[in-house]
Amino acid sequence: MNYIVALIPLFPLIGFLAIGLNYNRLPKNITSFIGTGSIFLSFVLSILVFVNILQTQQPITVQLYDWIAAENFTIPFAFLADQLTAVMLLVVTGVGFLIHVYSIGYMRDDEGYNRFFAYMNLFVFSMLLLVLGSNYVILFIGWEGVGLCSYLLIGFWFKNTEYNNAAKKAFIMNRIGDFGFLLGMFLIYETFGSFNYAIVFSKAAVFEGCPCAIFWITMLLFVGAIGKSAQIPLYTWLPDAMAGPTPVSALIHAATMVTAGVYMVARSGILYALAPESLVVVASVGIVTALFAASIALYQNDIKKILAYSTISQLGYMFVGLGVGAFTGAIFHLITHAFFKALLFLGAGSVIHAMQGEQDITKMGGLKKNLPKTYYTFLIASLAIAGIPPLSGFFSKDEILLGAFNYNILFWILGVVGAVLTSFYMFRLLFLTFFTSFRGSDKQKEHLGEHSKTMNISLILLAILSALGGFIGIPEIFGGKHYLSEFLNPVFAPVHKILLLNQNASPMKEYILIGITVFASAVAIYLAYYKFSIKGIVPSEANAKTNIVTQTVARKYYIDEIYDKGVVKPILWFSQFLHKVIELKGIDKLVNKIGSLVIDSGNKLRLIQTGTTGFYLLAIVIGIIAMLLINLF
Amino acid sequence: MLTFLMILVPFAFSLIVFFMKDKDLIRKLAFGSSIISLLICIYGAFLFDKSLEYNFYMNWTWIRTLGVNLEFGLDGIGFLLVMLVSFLLPLIILSSFSSNYSGTGNFYALILLMQSALYGVFGSLDGLLFYIYWELALVPIYFITSVWGGVNRIRITLKFFIYTLSSSLFMLVAIIYVYTLTPDPHTFSLFVICKLNLTESQQFWVFWAFLLALAVKIPIFPFHSWQPDTYTVSPTPGSMLLSGLMPKMGLFGVLRFIIPLCPLAIEQYGEYVVIFAVIGLIYGALIAIRQKEIKRLIAFSSLSHVGLMAAAIFTIGENAVSGSVIQMISHGINVVAMFFIADIIFLRMKTTQIDKLGGIAKSAPKLAIFFMIVMLANVALPLTNGFVGEFLMLGGLFSYNKIIAAIAGLSIIFGAVYMFWLYQKAIFGQTNAQTAIFEDLTAREMAIAIPIVIAIFVIGLYPTMVTGFSENAVHHLINL
Repeated sequence: MNYIVALIPLFPLIGFLAIGLNYNRLPKNITSFIGTGSIFLSFVLSILVFVNILQTQQPITVQLYDWIAAENFTIPFAFLADQLTAVMLLVVTGVGFLIHVYSIGYMRDDEGYNRFFAYMNLFVFSMLLLVLGSNYVILFIGWEGVGLCSYLLIGFWFKNTEYNNAAKKAFIMNRIGDFGFLLGMFLIYETFGSFNYAIVFSKAAVFEGCPCAIFWITMLLFVGAIGKSAQIPLYTWLPDAMAGPTPVSALIHAATMVTAGVYMVARSGILYALAPESLVVVASVGIVTALFAASIALYQNDIKKILAYSTISQLGYMFVGLGVGAFTGAIFHLITHAFFKALLFLGAGSVIHAMQGEQDITKMGGLKKNLPKTYYTFLIASLAIAGIPPLSGFFSKDEILLGAFNYNILFWILGVVGAVLTSFYMFRLLFLTFFTSFRGSDKQKEHLGEHSKTMNISLILLAILSALGGFIGIPEIFGGKHYLSEFLNPVFAPVHKILLLNQNASPMKEYILIGITVFASAVAIYLAYYKFSIKGIVPSEANAKTNIVTQTVARKYYIDEIYDKGVVKPILWFSQFLHKVIELKGIDKLVNKIGSLVIDSGNKLRLIQTGTTGFYLLAIVIGIIAMLLINLF
Repeated sequence: MLTFLMILVPFAFSLIVFFMKDKDLIRKLAFGSSIISLLICIYGAFLFDKSLEYNFYMNWTWIRTLGVNLEFGLDGIGFLLVMLVSFLLPLIILSSFSSNYSGTGNFYALILLMQSALYGVFGSLDGLLFYIYWELALVPIYFITSVWGGVNRIRITLKFFIYTLSSSLFMLVAIIYVYTLTPDPHTFSLFVICKLNLTESQQFWVFWAFLLALAVKIPIFPFHSWQPDTYTVSPTPGSMLLSGLMPKMGLFGVLRFIIPLCPLAIEQYGEYVVIFAVIGLIYGALIAIRQKEIKRLIAFSSLSHVGLMAAAIFTIGENAVSGSVIQMISHGINVVAMFFIADIIFLRMKTTQIDKLGGIAKSAPKLAIFFMIVMLANVALPLTNGFVGEFLMLGGLFSYNKIIAAIAGLSIIFGAVYMFWLYQKAIFGQTNAQTAIFEDLTAREMAIAIPIVIAIFVIGLYPTMVTGFSENAVHHLINL
């Protein structure tokens, strides 16, 4: 079983190398075969690993070789496949495979087809390293690797400067997070003398030093999570990242990479449990982000941007789950979100394809007739994200909200408000896109349709997952069994033990809470239906400007502008200042002055002898040597 | 013997090509010489006994009355640097074939002389011998830059020459001072010098004298002002030698002299050096953000990188110094690769102004991939050669002082900013009339790029190959 674990990331790596080294030779169908085949093999192996862990309950570790070895400091290239990793493996390879299949159709006419699949395989490889690493440094390899792939794929159409800027922004904002993560790792090493999960967590559980150490570790790691998972204040790269091809948005910027922060915090659960203040921060950042991003999504008209803000918002929910101690709930939501958000993006891709590149939902409408498969799958995903039972999002979101209620009712209230906003913006999107009548050009109208089989297959399979995915975790009050919680128990039990959660809200109370949430979401859906379908209102620039509040929200609270004026511009100015003033007018001038003093004296000496400055220096040397030697004897 | 042979081969070839007229033959001989050195070095790697303090040791009396000996030998760190020189020189020489340097014989004679002197610096176990090679290394690079350099070369190289030469004099004085402290009969032998146990006040003088010379050479902020101009004005092979190899002389000098001779002084003043080095690290990175010309951007980027190496060494933590040694090798490779790329661009575009570029990825995909890999190594992406060293150094700084480490760590952000900005402007975007017909890497350029790429990933994946050599030397040095 051990080598099977090691093979999981190997296949995408081989796929990347095979396609990447022959990118200008391979015909498209062979690329498709290698690119999707490699992920499929990893998926099959992931299932094997999952089944094995399910049966034996034992984590699998694989040690490949000592990667870094300094004196008192060895970092092995080693993998750990435990329950949490097994779940992540299935999500990454499973959803990843479906998105690769979809891409065969979606990218068919792109001249960078081979390059695309090479990058995608490299991404899956990095993501697998991230979830498989048995210590923080291996995780960090994957962590930076997925950031690189994200950069490459956002800027995939590299002729467009705006896309390149988006790519660069993503990488740099992630690097800001990585800066925190790196310091967090160093502090881990200093505190526990290791990067290895098993050692760190076991030492942490009996740690007797200053609790502030663990607090700082968790905060610094969380900075990394904020960057990677696009939380406030490092979220602005994610909406821009929509510049990449839509399958990229689905895989990297919705289903997998952006959840790496959630995975990392869950993985470090014991550390967080030991630092309750950090959990408050995690939960607070999560809930504020969830509401903030959802409110922006209300006023966006770009189909992918809405989904991007939605992703930020849903990631916020996952952090709320972690913060309130509902670790299983957070991972549960990570899984279901991977299903329905990947589906939403792929559906959006199908729409964009049909609309010949148009992304503005105010210029769509009535697509239900022309894109039935897209419509129905999109509807399922929208209902799932809105938390309508019995679709997958209902169960996972409910678990997080219940955790929030037990933790602090304020978080629950805000969470429900967020859920209402979610339902509204999603169905605003759905009704504007698929209902009423077509608002696009005649040329677009001729082309409308669903032509790619591979795209449709992926949509349908993801729709099934989005619909049924919730049944892996049915709460007790419905008489179901929470398979996921049971499966993950070996990983999270120590965490829960430290947290001592009071999880026993009475069934009656639970019914009421669920009822309120579902009812509020349903009302929001109806309001969207009333406004955008029955009344057929189409948002325009003009009605977003009606008052200062809506305008501010529509302009995304001017955060990009604030960052530009408050951070980017000052740094550029400072750089210029250092160069023009300190360097050229300060240091360099001073050195020249000293130099010219020397040369001046050289020139005077030149009256006596006709050497160069170098010669005089030599003479000085000889003089000094002579003096020292005379001293000696 | 092998050390001496390494020094001798390029020196002999240098003399030969100096008197030759046939351009093609000169080039062949120069390249052949560098390949011979590389082969000897690879042979040496197999012979290298990691348990010995010094390998390939030899000791011939030179000037008996003064106690000057031809004493050579390589510890692990010295051997790694010799390997770096041996690996880079064939690439540097090969890349120079794309340009036509008039006075070919002189040009390659100087390059080979430089190689010989570098081997001498890393292999000398005698203080005076070290100094002689140290200064000898300055002569060829001075002429290379002042004869074949760009605009303003005379003024800039003169400044460079005077600056480094005059600061080196302090080192000479220090070496002689230490010599006078050795028991009778006096000797320059490192074995004796390093066991002197200087008093605190003696260490004070020796420390500052050495530091001044080394800080200019490395360079450590604020003694760096010769560096951007010189890197920019020098012909590309010169820039490669200056950036890839000369800073290592300075850093090596710290390891060879300051750490063994002045432990007390480092304890007292080391922190100031670390602080200035870290200031230089951030300063260089910040200035690089707004550079408009590739070579100058590389110069400031290099200033930033060597700042971190210097800071790590002066913490005298074992991991930090190990990291610094790996990074000396990696930085040597990566910065030479960067200048190689700048040269490729210059040869085709006749300019290295960044705003004149753009869209090269379309016309030269191989170059785009190569540049991408080099860029990633420069921003220390894990699994490239840049990561391990930087990780160990920042980790070492962190255990030394958390605030300094946090400030130094900011460079991973700024480094990404300027490198990705450069890459985007040069490689991505729309093509212009000139970049549309940009020729992709030629066979010769591929022959240079491929070994670099291999080195980047081999060191990134198996850094223990490097640390295996230096481990004992570093351990010995730190726990003296």
